[in-house]
Amino acid sequence: MKSTVPNTLAAFIGLFLASVNLAPLAAQEAAPAKPAAKAAAKPAEQISIGYLRAYAPQLALSVLDVPPRDEGVAGANVAIADNNTTGRFMGQEFVLDVVEVKPDADVAAVFKEMVARGERYVLADLSPDQLLAIADIGRDAGVIVFNVGATDDRLRETDCRKNVFHTAPTRSMLADGLAQYLIWKQWPRWVLITGSHDKDKLFAEALKRAATRFGGQIVAEKVFEDTGTARRTDSGVVQIQRQMPVFTQDLPDHDVVLVADESEVFGTYVPFRTWIPRPVAGTAGLTPSAWHPASEQWGGTQIQNRFAKVSGRRMLAKDMSAWTAVRILGEAATRTKSADPATLEAFIRDPKFSIAAFKGQKLTFRPWNQQLRQPIFLGDGRSVVSTSPQEGFLHQVSELDTLGVDQPETQCVLK
Amino acid sequence: MIGRLTAFPAALAAALVLATPACAFMVYVSNEKDNTVSVVDSETMQVVKTVPVGQRPRGITISHDGKLLYLCGSDDDTIEVIDTATLEIVGTLPSGPDPELFVLSPDGKTLYVANEDDNLVTVIDIESKGVLSEIPVGVEPEGMGISPDGKIMVNTSETTNMAHFIDTSTHEITDNVLVDARPRFVEFTPNGKEAWVSAEIGGTVSVIDTASKEVTHKIMFEIPGLRAEAIQPVGVRITADGKKAYVALGPANRVAVVNTETYEVEKYVLVGQRVWQLAFTPDQKTVISTNGVSNDITFIDIATDEPVQSVTVGALPWGVVVSPN
Repeated sequence: MKSTVPNTLAAFIGLFLASVNLAPLAAQEAAPAKPAAKAAAKPAEQISIGYLRAYAPQLALSVLDVPPRDEGVAGANVAIADNNTTGRFMGQEFVLDVVEVKPDADVAAVFKEMVARGERYVLADLSPDQLLAIADIGRDAGVIVFNVGATDDRLRETDCRKNVFHTAPTRSMLADGLAQYLIWKQWPRWVLITGSHDKDKLFAEALKRAATRFGGQIVAEKVFEDTGTARRTDSGVVQIQRQMPVFTQDLPDHDVVLVADESEVFGTYVPFRTWIPRPVAGTAGLTPSAWHPASEQWGGTQIQNRFAKVSGRRMLAKDMSAWTAVRILGEAATRTKSADPATLEAFIRDPKFSIAAFKGQKLTFRPWNQQLRQPIFLGDGRSVVSTSPQEGFLHQVSELDTLGVDQPETQCVLK
Repeated sequence: MIGRLTAFPAALAAALVLATPACAFMVYVSNEKDNTVSVVDSETMQVVKTVPVGQRPRGITISHDGKLLYLCGSDDDTIEVIDTATLEIVGTLPSGPDPELFVLSPDGKTLYVANEDDNLVTVIDIESKGVLSEIPVGVEPEGMGISPDGKIMVNTSETTNMAHFIDTSTHEITDNVLVDARPRFVEFTPNGKEAWVSAEIGGTVSVIDTASKEVTHKIMFEIPGLRAEAIQPVGVRITADGKKAYVALGPANRVAVVNTETYEVEKYVLVGQRVWQLAFTPDQKTVISTNGVSNDITFIDIATDEPVQSVTVGALPWGVVVSPN
């Protein structure tokens, strides 16, 4: 049931840590290796960060969208390297302890082993139920958990936990970011096509909520049933080209087709195949996310270059959520000059805490549910189209609070 | 207002310029997006030439005799040397990867370059074009400042959030001072007693006592009707008499004027969109801002702290330097 990190991944991480601050792995023309400047006077204090992920290979409609093997973990590794560059000046050394389980695994036992090893901070890329299981064990053991993967609103609302911080955005934040842009464009009439799986329905709910919030109108809804299909077949496109126009033929006139297909059953097949020519948005077409692999604004070029050099691929949203979580711990350790878990936690909980993450403004936690406020990127497969919040969506506290569930509506009681 | 000269008949304007030759300086603006340098006459406030340069020009400075321009070509991993008489590229310096900003030593012999991608400061001997040293610093080095006596160089690292004090005789870091998030720029006071460090995401300027290496003051900015997140300090310049500091506030579209005795903001000057870098004219009568998103630069009169005129340059103007003579 449990598999620890595969040897290749562990070796990769080991190699990575050894090469921190040395010449970039991939750059042939790079300058000669330049080791750390001055050794700290005393031995470095070690700060270990756990990373618990449920992983199984996933299918996608396009081979370009198959999640990379190290999605998320690669972002954490880059942040560990960043923290260690600063750590040289502070006498602090950060290490990452990655543990991988199957998606249906009982994470409690694995998590208890991590706690027994002394982990006090754990990044979690798990299902909502798995996350709640470890959160409750962690609370009693003084462990703080950073949710870097689950976008479920309930983890920030009815199922919120005092020892869980969320760097991943919620579905409602993603949907609101998209809806603001469509309203700004004055494309207010939408049709919604939803997949038949639970997570598809959750994203559809978030889109409907966003419509109500910002003045969009969902003029029709359809469900695309998953009847069981191979995602990619040799001549599948021939059939799809005929099926999708027919599927969308009976929809009333609209400005935009919204797609809620987190399960990757049909979404990618909607753009350019609808009955009438309309833009597509949601999980296909114009897509909201915590990061975009082509974002170069706000110093983004630098993190993108750094990430690509050591990871051999572009940086994805989950990589950014994990990078941010590890940087939050690094920032706390630098500013408090401490490796003491209670000191770090108090610093992160301070209402004035903020972190910079290449999104054009400081990011802070919502104190009522410990969700990281953040702009939402809207992009297609190639480039960033816009970032929300959009101009004109105002808020008395932070314009970032126009995205997602706001304080007056929250159902969270932290405990 | 000298700006109204541009409305005069050209012949009359030219005659006036000829009558006051000492006031005309050349303003060089690096345009990050269209790979050019705009050359602007400070007297007529008109673009006189646009020079094609290497890719993604950002940091720009000039030799003390005014004969050579140095320009960071970030995406070409090189520093271009431009002859100001001919406006031709006459050579390159080995900058190390992705140079963004640099500072010239007071004796004009050494260039200190921030290499953003490799967490290094590269020290270049200009005459021999040789790399004297590579100094490992924090993550994403950017801001570069040097003390008037040339003995201390300060680099800021944008993700480490420190000002690294470097002894220029040993090329070793002597002190690391924590400042607020994304420190972008360092400016020494003319007496060398303070280093002012802007923090773009932190929204502050930290004043560091260069003797004690303590942050003695933190300057905050507040503009009615503008959300705090939009106030993002980048470029800082302090007048030669040490009395006033100008701070470019990024997407706040304003330059703050700070009293260096009281550390109070005395005025916000509205310029153009996303204002990043600043430069004085050598007569200390004018400060010029680069306004990236509106593709222009603004001349601000130092006596009144009023904007005089904005001039359209290339795409995404980034850095600015003015000829010393």
